[in-house]
Amino acid sequence: MKSYAPSRSSLLMAPALAWLTALMVVPCALVLALAFFRRGIYGGIEYTFTLENFGLVFDPLYAGIFLNSARIAGTATLIAVVIGYAAAYAIAAAPRRLQPVFLFFAVLPFWSNYLIRTYAWIVLLNREGLITQLLRWFGYTGEPPSMLYTEGAVIAGLVYNYLPFVILACYAPLSRLNPELAEASRDLGASAMTTFRRVILPLTVPGIAAGAVFVFVLSIGNFVTPALLGGGRFQMIGNLVYDQFLTANDWPFGAALAMALIAIMLLVLTAQALAADRAAGRIAEAKGGADG
Amino acid sequence: MAERSPATRRTLWLVLSLVFAFLYIPIAVLVALSFNQGGLPTVWSGFSLKWYASLAGNAAILSAALNTLIVALVSTAIATLFGTLLAIGVEIRRQYGSGLEALIFAPMIIPDIVLAIALLSFFSLLDFTLGLHTIILAHVVFNLAFVCSVVRARLKSFDWSIVEASADLGASAITTFRRVTLPVILPAVVAGALLAFTLSVDEFIIAFFTSGAGRASTTLPMQIYSMIRFGITPEINALATIVMAVSITALTLSQRLNRGVIGQ
Repeated sequence: MKSYAPSRSSLLMAPALAWLTALMVVPCALVLALAFFRRGIYGGIEYTFTLENFGLVFDPLYAGIFLNSARIAGTATLIAVVIGYAAAYAIAAAPRRLQPVFLFFAVLPFWSNYLIRTYAWIVLLNREGLITQLLRWFGYTGEPPSMLYTEGAVIAGLVYNYLPFVILACYAPLSRLNPELAEASRDLGASAMTTFRRVILPLTVPGIAAGAVFVFVLSIGNFVTPALLGGGRFQMIGNLVYDQFLTANDWPFGAALAMALIAIMLLVLTAQALAADRAAGRIAEAKGGADG
Repeated sequence: MAERSPATRRTLWLVLSLVFAFLYIPIAVLVALSFNQGGLPTVWSGFSLKWYASLAGNAAILSAALNTLIVALVSTAIATLFGTLLAIGVEIRRQYGSGLEALIFAPMIIPDIVLAIALLSFFSLLDFTLGLHTIILAHVVFNLAFVCSVVRARLKSFDWSIVEASADLGASAITTFRRVTLPVILPAVVAGALLAFTLSVDEFIIAFFTSGAGRASTTLPMQIYSMIRFGITPEINALATIVMAVSITALTLSQRLNRGVIGQ
C-alpha cells in the first residue's frame, strides 16, 4: 500500500477537489477580482481597474454600518458566551452518563432550520405574542410593548441561534479539565471564585475563543435575522451585500464589502489562534506543575 | 469534578433548566400554535389539524417541497460519493499540506452570503441559466465538506493493515473497498449523508441567490422566507413544525449511527 498510495489517493480526491476548485475557489477569486472593477452605467460591470470600491467601504455612511454591525454582533457574542459558558459548566458538572444527552439536546436546535428558529421569535415577540399574553395574564393592561423590530430583538435572535455552538465549544475544554487542579487550588486556600478566575477560566479560554469567533463571524455577516427581527431597520454588513447584489445592482461594491467581511473573519480567526496558543502554553505549564 | 455543596448543585441545575427553557420554549410555542383552531396566530382557541390540511392543498408549498427534495437528494448523493472518496484519499495520503486542509474546511467557515454572491457572479459570468441545477451544484460544495469530515473522523481509528491483508490475499482494489473498507465506514457514510440531507433541506441563503428569478425553482426555505415576510400565519406554524420534525428525525438518526461508531 505504501508504494502506490499517493497516486491512488490523488485519484480518489480528484472529483471532490475539482468540484471545490470550480465552484468555490474560482468563484471566490472572481469576487475578489470584481471588487477592483467599476460599476457600469446600467448596473453592469465595466472592466477598468479601480480602488474606489474599497474606498467606499470606508465612507462614513458604510463605515457606520460596519461599526453598527460590529456592535450588534459583539453584544450578541458577549451574551452568548456568558450564557453558553454557564450552560457548558453545568453540563460538565452533571453526572457523567447524562452529559452526552444534555449536550445532544443543547445542540439539536442548532441543526434545525435557521429561518424557523428566527420565525419562532417573531411569534414570541410580536404585539399579540406570548410575552404580551403573559404580561396581560399578570394583570398588565397598557399598550402591548414593542419588542419586535428593535435592536434587542435582533440580538436575542442571534444569541438564540448561535448559543448551541458556544455550549459545544466551551464544553470540550471544561470536560477535559483535570479536577485535581481545582482541588489543589482550594487546598492551597483559594476561594471558589479565585479558583475559577485563576485556574478554570484561563484553561478554558480556547473554547470560549472558538465559540466567540463563531458567533461574531456569523452574526456580522448575517442578513436574515436583521431583516426578519429588525424589520429591515437595522442594516448589517450582510444586508448591505445583499442589497448591492439584488437591489442596487452594484456588484463591484458588493464584492468589496464581501471581501471586507472575509478580512474581518480572518482577523478574528487569527486572534483566536493566538489566544489558543497562549492558553496551550498555560496548559503545558499547569501540566508541568502538576507532574513536578 | 470537585465535591460541590448542595447550594452549588442547585444553582447548576437551575442554570441548566433556564438554558433549556430558553432553547426550547420558542420552538414549543410554535409547534403548539400549529394545532391552534383559530385563525389568530398567537391566541389559543382549541385543537385542530386544519392548518396541516390546508398545507396539503397549497400548490406553491407542495411544489417548493418537491424542489427541496430534489435538490437535497441529488446534492446529498453527489456529496456522499465524492466526499467519502475524498476522506479516504486524504487519510491514506496522511501527509498533506495545510493548503489541502484549508480547502476542505473552507466551505464550513466561509459566510453563506459570500459563497452565495460568489456563485451568483460565477454563474452569471458563464451565462449559466439559474435553476434547481445551480442550487444543486452549490449545495454539493458545503455538503462535501461535512460528509468528508464525518467520514474522516471514522477513518482515524481505521486499521489500514486489513486493507493491505486483503490486497496481499489477491483481492482487487474494488473488491477490497466493497468488502473491507466500506462495511467499516458505512455508519459514518450514512451519518454524513443524513447530515448533508438536513443541511441541504434547511439551506436558504445560497439557494436564494443561485435559484434564479422564476417560481419554478423556489425551495421550501425560500417559500417560508417569503411567507414570514408577509406576517405570521398558522399555516407557517404547521409547515415549520413538519420541517423541524424531518430535520430532527434525520439528525437523531445520524447521531445514533455516529455514536455507534464511537462506541466500537
